[in-house]
Amino acid sequence: MLKRINIKPWQLILGVVLLGVWIYCYIANTDITNSVVASGMRFGMPLALAAMVGIMCERSGVINIGIEGTMLLSGFTGFYVASWSKNIVAGLMIAILTGILTSFVHAMMTIQWKMDQIIAGTIINILASGLTSFLYKQGSTIPNSWPIFDIPILGQIPFIGHAFFTQQGPIQYLGLILIPAIWVMMYKTRWGLRTRAVGENPGSADTAGVSVIKVRMINVMFGGAIGGFVGGFICLELVGSFSKEFTAGSGFTALALMIFGRWNPMGAFAAAILFGLAQALSTQLQIFGVTNIPNQFITMLPYVFTIVVLAVSAGKVRPPAAAGKSYEKEQA
Amino acid sequence: MEALLRIEHLSKSFPGVKANDDISIEVHKGEIVALLGENGAGKSTLVKSVFGLVKPDSGTITIKGEEIEPGDTAAAIRHGVGMVHQHFQLVPVMSVVENIVLGDEPHKGVFITKKAAREEVIALSARYGLEVDPDAFVEDLPVGIQQRIEILKALRKDIDLLILDEPSAVLTPHEIDELLEVIRKLAASGVGILFITHKLHEVMAVADRVVVLRNGKLVGTTTPKETNEEGLAQMMVGRNVVLSVEKGPARAKEVALEIKDLSVKDDRHLDAVTHFSLEVRAGEILGIAGVEGNGQRELVEAICGMRHRQTGTVNVSGKESPDMDPRGVHLMGVSHIPEDREKDGLVSSYSIADNLTLNQFNLKPFSVKGIRDFNARDEYADRLVKEFDIRTPSYQNSASSLSGGNKQKVVVARELTQNSHVIVASQPTRGVDVGSIEFIHKQLISARDGGAAVLLVSAELDEILSLSDRIAVMFGGKIVAIIDGQDADRQYVGRLMAGLSG
Repeated sequence: MLKRINIKPWQLILGVVLLGVWIYCYIANTDITNSVVASGMRFGMPLALAAMVGIMCERSGVINIGIEGTMLLSGFTGFYVASWSKNIVAGLMIAILTGILTSFVHAMMTIQWKMDQIIAGTIINILASGLTSFLYKQGSTIPNSWPIFDIPILGQIPFIGHAFFTQQGPIQYLGLILIPAIWVMMYKTRWGLRTRAVGENPGSADTAGVSVIKVRMINVMFGGAIGGFVGGFICLELVGSFSKEFTAGSGFTALALMIFGRWNPMGAFAAAILFGLAQALSTQLQIFGVTNIPNQFITMLPYVFTIVVLAVSAGKVRPPAAAGKSYEKEQA
Repeated sequence: MEALLRIEHLSKSFPGVKANDDISIEVHKGEIVALLGENGAGKSTLVKSVFGLVKPDSGTITIKGEEIEPGDTAAAIRHGVGMVHQHFQLVPVMSVVENIVLGDEPHKGVFITKKAAREEVIALSARYGLEVDPDAFVEDLPVGIQQRIEILKALRKDIDLLILDEPSAVLTPHEIDELLEVIRKLAASGVGILFITHKLHEVMAVADRVVVLRNGKLVGTTTPKETNEEGLAQMMVGRNVVLSVEKGPARAKEVALEIKDLSVKDDRHLDAVTHFSLEVRAGEILGIAGVEGNGQRELVEAICGMRHRQTGTVNVSGKESPDMDPRGVHLMGVSHIPEDREKDGLVSSYSIADNLTLNQFNLKPFSVKGIRDFNARDEYADRLVKEFDIRTPSYQNSASSLSGGNKQKVVVARELTQNSHVIVASQPTRGVDVGSIEFIHKQLISARDGGAAVLLVSAELDEILSLSDRIAVMFGGKIVAIIDGQDADRQYVGRLMAGLSG
């Protein structure tokens, strides 16, 4: 059974241990624990959503390393439109639209023109980095972003309620709905079954009358919409401004988390939250004034964590079999 | 009566080859039509055109009086065409149910109704008497069952026309009998059947009509009543074909391949071969008969250095051959025609010329002082392509551009032209047309007469019986009997293969 749901026993053990640590800390000091977990959520959510972009694409057989560029471009357009129109909603909409357009370019290159998928992603990244740096203008601001609020009832749940359902903005909460929704889509719907079939053996889908090109195009563009959503999320809610190269490699971190989560939306979400917690913890340690460990090592914590986790789990992972391969109808 | 399927003046070219040239065929309701032809004759291209996987250059395809859009699989399915592919189109990591319902899933809104899907599959499998475990995962199932899933997939759509592309190529004799029974049942229920095969006795057994293609052209239509296997073979190849193998008596000499106390495990780490001992002498063909899955594959791989030998040794010409070192074994003079040519025999993306020199590119004359000599390679490739009749516009083309039988010829050409002491041939004629089978058989016999020890493993009992000087019957990873090839009786060997004692 564990083989099928792609969870290794040691991952379960890791989860149980972390849960134990959490409960222990919660009892020892509720306030600080809650705030660390909540800030872990804040760090983890954009990465989790970015990982969803990767999952949407790779599950349908397209490797997308252009997540970074997609987020950068859409954060850029979203922020400046919000700043110019004084309307955050318009900004977010534009960010999503930018994400869709960017991934449309990616999809055309990889699916229609059957270009190398890694190169296509690199093009998106370089284009985004160059374009946003060139057009960058200092001093723009956006109107006050959405208020941070608590979700009634859910926020009152003891233990988890405070950590997950309080002190966040609307996009953060939307993410909490979006990720399980993607999981449901992937494993419970017709579209999900077709998507996975296309990513594993496009020939099987094609011969069943499912258009491989269509399934891939739509998945990649839907992924792009999420990518745009994350870009907007970071610039409009989480940080509240656009700075050059604000993504700082998080698109690639997201791909690592996707692999750690075995291309499963909930798995990648768990991985991203784990990463976010490591980051929150490193921040908390700095606030506590832990000085006997050099600052740099503490900041390194989440990245070391990623590398270790990937190194341990790599080699045993099983990506969608057709990921990275253009689909050619069989000849002769 | 209106024909179920009417193909008119269909032509299709691929770069350098005219795969189909002005072909017209009809299939009627409830009729079984066999499509026969040599490898590369254009059979697969033709049926793929009908199913919309290939877009013909010209010509029309009409189903039940309606012309269908070329190159549109969904349209073909809508018109009631189902196809079972030569290479199974299944998703290994998904369940049987998921594979069968893919593309037309029972649903409520956007959600798949798993229970309904499962019930449908159970009902479908009961209706046609094709038993499958709906919850099993495809990657865990043997090929015979995988094919059954493919057939169920096609049948699910209430089809009028079922296309089968070499359905029996990978099946065991028992599975083939079951398949032919299914084909008969379907035809009796009114489904038109168009199937491709190389096995003439299957054609004789089930076909109502036989259509023969050669070099992309339709050369004739006949019925099993009007002809016999020799006649069909002649139509296919365009010349007289001798189906029975002619060979002189073996002049066995010293022991060239000696297997002592060999034990091997399979992929699941279960015992596949246990304390196996066998000697093959220079100048004889030793055939291993057995139902597939009784350790033959593991035995061959262990001999050729591709699988770890748990116990025992394999001696070639008196010297022990290295374990887990295919190149080392090859350099001792062992040629290997692997069972799975796609996986172990060829590098598909390499040219035919490179594939022909794949295990000697670094040796003279193909490399001199570490530098490859492409002229030597090309001359050699040119010669072998002609000698072995490999159907290709050029030896520069990639191996992936070849049809299945021609790929096999590349492997056979490479392995049989190296003057090896020992030749291990596993399923050497699987998926190969009769003309090429005759040729490959002759090559194996002339290798024997040239003094090589030939170990032949085949699921085709007839092949074993006609070629072997001695026959070893394998069951459950052990040899149950060694019989002289001369006085081997088909039924006796069959019983031994099934694990019955004589």
